[in-house]
Amino acid sequence: MKKIFEAPKSLKENLFHYCPGCGHSIIHRLVAEVIDELGIQERTIGVPPAGCAVLAYNYFDVDTGEAPHGRALAVATGLKRVLKDHVVFTYQGDGDIAAIGTAESIHAANRGEKVTAIFVNNGTYGMTGGQMAPTTLPGMGSTTTPGGRDVVRDGQPLDLTQMLGQAKGSVFLERVSVATPKHIRRAKKAIKKAFQVQLDGLGFALVEVLSPCPTNWKMDPVAAYEWTDKEMTKIFPLGVIKDITGYDKD
Amino acid sequence: MPKQLMRGSHVLGEAAVRAGCRYYFGYPITPQNEVPEYMSGRLIQVGGTFVQAESELASINMVIGAAMAGARVMTTSSSPGISLMQEGLSYLAGLELPAVIANVVRGGPGLGNIAPAQSDYFQATRGGGHGDYRTIVLAPASCQELCDLTIKAFDLADKYRNPVMIMGDGMMGQMMEPVEFPEPIDPADLPVKDWTLTGAKGRPSRVILSLLLAPKVLEDHNFKLVRKYDAVVRNETDWEEYMLEDARQVVVAYGTAARIAKGAIKRVREMGLKVGLLRPKTLWPFPEKPLKELSRVVRQLLVFEMSAGQMVEDVKMAVEGQAQVHLYGRPGGVIPTPDEVAHQISHYYYQAGLMDRDQQGERLGGAA
Repeated sequence: MKKIFEAPKSLKENLFHYCPGCGHSIIHRLVAEVIDELGIQERTIGVPPAGCAVLAYNYFDVDTGEAPHGRALAVATGLKRVLKDHVVFTYQGDGDIAAIGTAESIHAANRGEKVTAIFVNNGTYGMTGGQMAPTTLPGMGSTTTPGGRDVVRDGQPLDLTQMLGQAKGSVFLERVSVATPKHIRRAKKAIKKAFQVQLDGLGFALVEVLSPCPTNWKMDPVAAYEWTDKEMTKIFPLGVIKDITGYDKD
Repeated sequence: MPKQLMRGSHVLGEAAVRAGCRYYFGYPITPQNEVPEYMSGRLIQVGGTFVQAESELASINMVIGAAMAGARVMTTSSSPGISLMQEGLSYLAGLELPAVIANVVRGGPGLGNIAPAQSDYFQATRGGGHGDYRTIVLAPASCQELCDLTIKAFDLADKYRNPVMIMGDGMMGQMMEPVEFPEPIDPADLPVKDWTLTGAKGRPSRVILSLLLAPKVLEDHNFKLVRKYDAVVRNETDWEEYMLEDARQVVVAYGTAARIAKGAIKRVREMGLKVGLLRPKTLWPFPEKPLKELSRVVRQLLVFEMSAGQMVEDVKMAVEGQAQVHLYGRPGGVIPTPDEVAHQISHYYYQAGLMDRDQQGERLGGAA
């Protein structure tokens, strides 16, 4: 019998601990598939975040090293500067990369660190129980914005990926989503390209993935996916934010 | 190899390079800016990597990454910058990663000043970051020792897979002394580390982490660290003894303060006072055992430190009440002269009635 579908080699055979409907499981799989397809499993090093994906080392079957909260891109810088021929990627949530780690993110991008960042944006602090994130939408409820995010009191959502576009060392930045099968296919393409940028030594690449958090959004998974697709994209529109790779447009 | 006249900050950098350090991540802060400046040029010559980070937070985390990859790596900073690195130090200890961190201590707290001080002793020896961990802390007192201990720091870091801190101060960074450097080590000749992240080629993938959610598992990890720290105490505690053979009073001082204390002891020795010095070369592990033994034969210890009094607590713990312990502490970057310290030594010496009968007569006669 011909096998037409199987688990990615770069994922361990562990059951995901993520909540039902969480986007991490999909995004993990996409990253693992890309690592397989590029044939880089044996020279890839991952830096998981603090937050819900802190246990990513249980899933990715590549060398992984833990970073303190927000510092993944600094740790990745140290790794990549030593292991120049290896592939280093960070996997970070919105709190990690766009709040506590904003400085590390901007400066890694500005130095053009030849690493790949996967930025999972679900608009909330998932692991700590649904507090406001820098990416929480205006009016969106959270445990620390019980009446909804008030932009006068709490500020506007932070568009980190746009900010990184200003950094001269960033080469490829795209915002994708896992809300629909079509978007998932697009997301995989973007992730693959972000790894290719690193393989080609061009500079800093990041893919922001809009991802649902049914548990903390207090929605059922279907509603959460619809909300990701309809509401999040109003504030965080999908598409290529920066591409100076010189690759043929796809 | 002939001796070279060199500034302390440059000695630190050169010694690191000769120890096989090829990665330096740092952020400028006075009074240690000469170290990154030196490393930025020197590492190019040897094919190494220098990155000026955006902050001390980033620096120490770049150190974490390079250490994970198996490299000999160093950062340097000064007091406020070291405060920002404390989270990273805790992680280095928890992740069991080797790295060398030099603190060129300045006066604190807060922004304080840029004068030489020793007021980061608690922070260095107690951990500073969160959790049950220890940092090995080396305290050189000359440029030659700065060279030797920097090289030793890299060896200790690798041996114990633990961060090692070098405690200097602004004076040590700026002063120039002749130094004899050892032959450089080629990093390629260093023993291969079997735990690093280098890609899972031909082996199962590896994880370096400190996240141990199950309390018992974390407790086991912490007890494993304790056993490691016990071994460090047994094997690496180091100190210098100076004129202790017949001493009735012992001065305890380290680093720059110890140099001043030596000058003071020479002066009081000329007056016939039997005073010696015990100089910790490792602040952690602290030389408790020799101090405890000394306290059985010497009635009085004078701790001299350039802080409001921090190491004095370790001395008191070591002697367990068997001897008097006095403090002469000068915080804020004040550097007392040997004469001032000599005055303190003789003050306590006479007060405790430690002088000989003839000295006593002299003193009493003088008083009359």
